[in-house]
Amino acid sequence: MTQPLIQFEQVYKQFGDHRVLNGVDFDIYPGRITAVIGKSGEGKSVLLKHIIGLIRYDTGRILYQGKPMRDMNRKDRKELRSKFSYMFQGNALFDSMTIFENIALPLKEKNKLSKTVIQELVFEKMTQLDLKDMDHKYPSQLSGGMQKRVALARALITEPEIVLFDEPTTGLDPVRKKGVHGMIADYQKKFGFTAVVVSHEIPDIFYVAHHVAMLDEGRIIFAGTPEDIDKSSNPVIKSFMQGMETGVEDRVE
Amino acid sequence: MQKIDLIQKPFAVTGRNAIFLVQELGRMALFLSSGFFHIFSRPFQVEKIVTQVHFIGMKSVLLICLTGGFTGMVLGLQGYYTLVKFGAVGMLGPAVGLTLVRELGPVLTAIMITGRAGSAIAAEIGIMRISEQIDALKTMDINPVRFLFSPRLAAALISFPLLTAIFNTVGIFGGFLTGSLLLGVSPGVYFAHMSTDISMADIYGGFIKSFCFAVLVITISCYQGYYTHLREEGFGARGVSLSTTSAVVICSVAILAFDYLLTCFLL
Repeated sequence: MTQPLIQFEQVYKQFGDHRVLNGVDFDIYPGRITAVIGKSGEGKSVLLKHIIGLIRYDTGRILYQGKPMRDMNRKDRKELRSKFSYMFQGNALFDSMTIFENIALPLKEKNKLSKTVIQELVFEKMTQLDLKDMDHKYPSQLSGGMQKRVALARALITEPEIVLFDEPTTGLDPVRKKGVHGMIADYQKKFGFTAVVVSHEIPDIFYVAHHVAMLDEGRIIFAGTPEDIDKSSNPVIKSFMQGMETGVEDRVE
Repeated sequence: MQKIDLIQKPFAVTGRNAIFLVQELGRMALFLSSGFFHIFSRPFQVEKIVTQVHFIGMKSVLLICLTGGFTGMVLGLQGYYTLVKFGAVGMLGPAVGLTLVRELGPVLTAIMITGRAGSAIAAEIGIMRISEQIDALKTMDINPVRFLFSPRLAAALISFPLLTAIFNTVGIFGGFLTGSLLLGVSPGVYFAHMSTDISMADIYGGFIKSFCFAVLVITISCYQGYYTHLREEGFGARGVSLSTTSAVVICSVAILAFDYLLTCFLL
């Protein structure tokens, strides 16, 4: 078995009185697509934000290639962060910038590329994502689906090693959903990056994911392949897979 | 037991507020020092600074001219009717000039920019915070303080003294309009006394104030927007509206308080 790239060891996180992560143990493997599934409000996005350091955990450890991320020095942490890219659930596009400026921003700020090269790269990505002729528009002038694709273009423009997708297909029509899933799989094959995808799209996400982890009540209750989760006899997983909410009463019965 | 609580409560509230104030001031000082340091860190953000000079400075020129003009006109009017009682209308020029250069120029310019640009900056950064745009910058390994605050701080340090100079000039001509053209003070007397009675120290003092106000206004406005998410009283749109209101109120009070302190040191 390959050594995990990122490991969660007994990670706890509490917001006020509400405990979101309740001892998460979770492995992410290099060059693989890992899907994180679970009910809404279970802390999937919180888990993802811990990986990139947007949220600090209370206790536990998150390791990158066996080294605790929190113990890294400033330089190593900066270097590590440059390997990541993040696609937000709400897109987080800069609404006072044009689409071109949004996609070009990571290149302009972090690389010493010429204007011509940046322009070429951005237009190439826009063509791949079906965003032609949108360069001069502002995010508010685009539909939700188009905004999603702009966010995706921005996440992939720097050709990162690890990409974190927070519900990348929310608000898209079925055709576009399949397109985005296909694109994640294609890009992953082409560039070999590690992807973590938080998703509700079941079973669609299983066609592209190599690993699946299910978060329930702050814990990872399943980690394995998409084939294994289909065979799981755990009632919580089964009812989730069938699209039903599992109440305490149901389980008692 | 209840009696003890009643006695302890005021101390607890005072202590909590004092700790909160110290924390806020500390965080703001770190925010300012980080922003100031990044003005000089490479690569220089020239394009962003120019954009902000246009927003904070250029777009405020008309407002500054209007307020400067009317302030000077009122000073000319009030000054004339006060000085005429003592037969000293010849001192109208220096009276208007000194009042503007030392006090009203820097203070009113700063308050006007707070209303026009400070509130807009707090709202813009606040919206960026609640819509995760600041988090997005962090995920791209872009320092948000450097990206959002440093160019605005540099632009304010350039714009505030220039706008203050415009305010003073227009104000002096406003005073000339009412004092000389409407009320008959000799134009020669109005300007001649001004050039002899206003020293360079007065002008420098005014500019020192405008630099200090630039730092105050932009730091408070950006800080209020940047930490919108830490507000206990409101999240989302309400949080942004509270940040904007706080920015304007705190800036206005801070300008007047610092004006007093600076005047004490400069006189």
